[in-house]
Amino acid sequence: MLPARFELHRPDSLATALALLDEYGEDASPYAGGTELLIAMKARVVRFAHIIDIKRIAELRGIVARDDGGLSIGALCSHHELANDPIVRKHAPAYARLSANIANIRVRVAGTLGGNLCFAEPHADPPALLCALGAEVCLAGSRGMRKLPLQDFILGELSTVRTDQELLVRIEVPGQPEGARAAYRAFGHLERPAAGVAAVAKPEGKGYAWRFFAGSMCGRPTALTLLEDAMAGQPPAEALESLERTAQAAVEHIETYDDLRGSADYKRHLVTVLALRSARAALGLEERVA
Amino acid sequence: MKTGIPTLDIAFVLNGVRVSATVEPRELLIDVLREKFELSGTKRSCDIGVCGACTVLIDGLPASSCSMIAADVDGREVLTIEGLGTPQGLDPIQQAFVAHGALQCGFCTPGMVLAVKGLLALNASPTEDEIRHFLRGNLCRCTGYVKIIEAVVDLAQRKHLG
Repeated sequence: MLPARFELHRPDSLATALALLDEYGEDASPYAGGTELLIAMKARVVRFAHIIDIKRIAELRGIVARDDGGLSIGALCSHHELANDPIVRKHAPAYARLSANIANIRVRVAGTLGGNLCFAEPHADPPALLCALGAEVCLAGSRGMRKLPLQDFILGELSTVRTDQELLVRIEVPGQPEGARAAYRAFGHLERPAAGVAAVAKPEGKGYAWRFFAGSMCGRPTALTLLEDAMAGQPPAEALESLERTAQAAVEHIETYDDLRGSADYKRHLVTVLALRSARAALGLEERVA
Repeated sequence: MKTGIPTLDIAFVLNGVRVSATVEPRELLIDVLREKFELSGTKRSCDIGVCGACTVLIDGLPASSCSMIAADVDGREVLTIEGLGTPQGLDPIQQAFVAHGALQCGFCTPGMVLAVKGLLALNASPTEDEIRHFLRGNLCRCTGYVKIIEAVVDLAQRKHLG
């Protein structure tokens, strides 16, 4: 089906794009890969009189290594670029691997990280791991820039704090301390994950300080704080035992719902399994235990 | 009188030939290929970018032509199944599909063949796991995939051996 008619704008600078967004406000949508927006426009569930194609804006491209060992990622970077970029593979191998497993190759080539985060479809892979890594997003508007944690950027299903006059320009992933480890594991039988869990471990005490985020459960990634508290500073083997002991309680009150990817109970169960797999993967252990 | 509908002129390389077209911003690439250029080898099936039947290569990489506007190929190179091989001289990928019986109804085949072309350009000697991973987004409702995978494994091994 065809989308409703719209006027196409193809600005080649950030300033021009922001001026267009100021002019057209809620009648306009930024457009990059189109892997989500165009599908919604074709289904006529959203309609915009003005489409601002931002793909020609050089300021929104590029992946740069930060001084602290982290990454600065242009919003227009595709999942395919992120999966194969040598800087990402070196500084955030877990994120490169996540990118290589998103949906299908056509989505990875066209779909951008900025678009993925701004569309805020809850069944997505990137947000959970980026939240666990402490990523921040930079929003540009004609009156200036603001930077905020990704966790605060996503408000809920298809909803972020970005105003109609703002563009997401970069995603900043801070460097992790020496010896930190990360992994993301997801499961689903359709294109999108039914559930995913990100684990980040930073050296602390006799083991690690852990961060866990479950993705795809509800509108925004959910921190699994019970697991984090139970495992903090324990030697790895002990931490994994604590995880197995605590997992059930940790997922009991996670907000989620039945949908075509599975029942709420099923998805909570997946989180217990994926938490263990992501923790074991982060530690460099065989993921599945007999 | 038929005016007032904004259009734009786009120019791109289609199967090795420079072409141009006047399109409405909302026109989808698949419709421009099938209707304006009468290249009906590109198939529409799921219409939401999931099944891969409408796969074309843009600058060498797979794209869902059902889920992108034609304006997006302005200045780029598009390869459809019509640009690959000839009836007398099949492309080695097409030849491998024939040799392995890697098709039944044939509806997914153009997209499948182009996806394989995209894979081999990125990775000349993929393992079976890499082939399966790359083709995950191309659905076939007849073959059960085994013969398709066999065809690509065979091709990759021959490529690897030179």
